[in-house]
Amino acid sequence: MTERTVSPREGDAEAIELTLGGDRDAYRVLVERHSASVFRLAFRLTGNRHDAEEVVQEAFLRAYQKLEQFEARANFGTWVYRIAANYAIDRTRKKRIEEARRKEPSMREAESAENSAMNLVPDKQPSPERLAQNVELRKQLELALNTLTQAERTAFVMRHWEGCGIEEIAVTLNSNTSAAKNTVFRAVKKLRNFLAPLVSQMAGARAMGTES
Amino acid sequence: MTHLSEEELIAFRECEGRENAAIAEHLQECAQCRAEFTQLDTELTAVFAALDTLAVPDPGREYGQRVWQQIASQLQSKSQPSLQGAHGDEQVKWWRTFFVARRVAAFAGLSALVVMAFLAGRGVKDHRVPDTSNAANLREKVLLLAVGEHLGRSEMMLTELSNTETKKGGAKLIDIFAEQKRAEDLLTENRLYRETALEQGDARIANVLDELERVLLDVAHSPGEVTGGQLQGIRERIDAGGILFKLRVVGADVEERQRATPTDSANLHNDRKKV
Repeated sequence: MTERTVSPREGDAEAIELTLGGDRDAYRVLVERHSASVFRLAFRLTGNRHDAEEVVQEAFLRAYQKLEQFEARANFGTWVYRIAANYAIDRTRKKRIEEARRKEPSMREAESAENSAMNLVPDKQPSPERLAQNVELRKQLELALNTLTQAERTAFVMRHWEGCGIEEIAVTLNSNTSAAKNTVFRAVKKLRNFLAPLVSQMAGARAMGTES
Repeated sequence: MTHLSEEELIAFRECEGRENAAIAEHLQECAQCRAEFTQLDTELTAVFAALDTLAVPDPGREYGQRVWQQIASQLQSKSQPSLQGAHGDEQVKWWRTFFVARRVAAFAGLSALVVMAFLAGRGVKDHRVPDTSNAANLREKVLLLAVGEHLGRSEMMLTELSNTETKKGGAKLIDIFAEQKRAEDLLTENRLYRETALEQGDARIANVLDELERVLLDVAHSPGEVTGGQLQGIRERIDAGGILFKLRVVGADVEERQRATPTDSANLHNDRKKV
């Protein structure tokens, strides 16, 4: 009896068929092919590498468990993406609840004041300050993303960074296209309100720094 | 003339839709909306450009292989006769649970070692050290520390489970797989702490751990995905014995006893490190 192997070039559909037929190692093709893109999504959703890697592992484990439910004509990449996004949403929601319980309101206020855009270092300063400002900008950008609900963040990440269609976002969020569109709108509006003044302030300061 | 709202302008810029043609037409005709859209477009271009500077780290070329290595041992072949059919998921879950349990057992074993090392050390040290009061206090403090942490984590998991949202309509299954796994982890530790508390003659802690064990067993043995009704049943069983209240009371008591137990904290940390 010859051992059946699956080359990386074989399509997802064939790998799924082989996996369902009992060739567990055929699933490896799917994992190796889609891990990097799922990681990218997971990182955007969670904001850190450790959580992102956990989301990737869990997504592939869950996908394996539910592989019988996968519709042959669907796209495995999109499907595992959705599983990852759902798990990330769920996981982040629980983490936020835990964190909220641990933090005192006064601490949250202090943190918020500390992170306020008003505390930015003026831009026309030498490089150490500039570096600090870049760090601060990054902090503000992350803070802006953290103001989104997990559904808004998922919708924004999928739309802006992953180029997903509204229908795909709607399926991931378990909603309809109109609600998904609305979620994208809310996310963009929040990011605009939070970041537009900051970005314009920094651009202005940079322009002055260049001139001087 | 009705002007376009911010929502419509953002939707026009960000989303595909049948109404986009009408919006484009309106923008051609209305200078005010056009100016607003230009402003929006400039701002969003700058905002998104800034957001694009948030780089995603490269997981590396071998990342897919690493993920496979991490999960492969948890995947059971779908072809084995015992795993086929409706119970396939449960079998895979059981297999995963086995590996999770091994990890947990290692952790619980480590925690238990902290406690057991102190308990075992009691007999040895009694022969060598005339004054054992500080050592005894230290042992008690380690047990209290471990149990206090365990009670806190159990309370957190059960509170989360009690607060899990039930989707309206009730038809959709609710994923409690994460809580179920945590309950399994906690269960292994719980047994060790309960036995230790009994050996130490601490009936109060042993009793609450005994009650907690039954609740944890209930959660650990639930399906990973439950209906709204099943979740409600679990909640009711959690509420029925007032376990959350008991955990809080005993947890506070344990904390108080920890504070009241005089020990040399440096020794405590050193001894924990050794274990």
